[in-house]
Amino acid sequence: LGTSLENYILAVVSINKEQIGGGAPIFFVKDEKELQGIAFLLEKILDGMAHDLKNGTMIIVRH
Amino acid sequence: MNFIATNPEENFTYAVLLGTVLGLITRGWMLKIDYRQYPTYLHGRIIHVSLGFIAAALGAVAVPSLFQQNYTAITFLALAAQQFRDVRNMERETLSKVDQMELVPRGAVYIEGIAMVFEGRNYLVIFVAFLTSLATVLVHIYAGVIVGFISLFLSHLLMSGKSVSHVALIEAAPVIIKGPDLYVGDIYMMNVGLTDTQQWIEKYGVGFILTPRNRDCRVTIANIGQRQAILHDVSTVMVPFRDTGNPSLVPIAKLDMEDGRLAIFLVIHDTDEKKAKAVLEKVPLLELAVRMPTEAIKEMGASPGSNAQ
Repeated sequence: LGTSLENYILAVVSINKEQIGGGAPIFFVKDEKELQGIAFLLEKILDGMAHDLKNGTMIIVRH
Repeated sequence: MNFIATNPEENFTYAVLLGTVLGLITRGWMLKIDYRQYPTYLHGRIIHVSLGFIAAALGAVAVPSLFQQNYTAITFLALAAQQFRDVRNMERETLSKVDQMELVPRGAVYIEGIAMVFEGRNYLVIFVAFLTSLATVLVHIYAGVIVGFISLFLSHLLMSGKSVSHVALIEAAPVIIKGPDLYVGDIYMMNVGLTDTQQWIEKYGVGFILTPRNRDCRVTIANIGQRQAILHDVSTVMVPFRDTGNPSLVPIAKLDMEDGRLAIFLVIHDTDEKKAKAVLEKVPLLELAVRMPTEAIKEMGASPGSNAQ
């Protein structure tokens, strides 16, 4: 129920190397299965929430 | 037997005693330990009963002292008011601290509401004790008892607030997962990326849609504090399925901005929809969340030319 801009991206996990760039730590993976695996681990480690951008990229966000 | 007191002073002792006792009964009756488990068992109770006793004694003593033209005694009531404002601060502080350690927090508006209720209850105790004492001094002990019990019921009536079912129609709605998108009924809730989390949600997710009964209710249930209170109460009773550092299983409430319906998404161990709905209906309507836009419009209509800003 956030009313302020306090969410930020902790990490990016992606299959597409070409699409991704920027400031957050980026993890490249080879397929959908590994994408889920890495995102799962990162979610648990970083206490964030994994969101699927539906283009082979997932972001871990701290809410 | 003479039922009208010829000499009020005869009844002073009875007045104080009766006033205090009825005041205490009032406090005891209003001291409910229910599913929200507040105040805490035993110690929290002792604190509030003791404060209730002080309030009752103050209310009861005020009448005899006025009859003896001891007008300074009335200033003690002001002192009492100060004291009970402190009760409110105490409640607020305690609950705010406890709230930081809750899996599903109550939220600031709910806490403020609870604190207000605790202050208000003490004033009602004074009110009951004062009236009982007054009736005893002026008429008779029996009159004191009767007036005492009438005011006791009256104060109980005054303190019983409304609940969410008064402002909204509550219906269970399916939790739908379309890819990473999570819906309750037709209302979009959030994006859940992990298939693992999606499986948990399929198993333990429960959804409800609250349709506001009118314009006023629409603003009330949209209040973030009221939403958090709903999430807290239902989650607490139905056992929340979550742990620390697991934001994807946090219960949330989202509005359909077009028609003002509120979707509630919960992840709970006890997925019995009927039970959850019953709890949801009984969630208190927070005094501080109630808005009356139609009243404002009525007022504006009643006095044309007034420039309501």
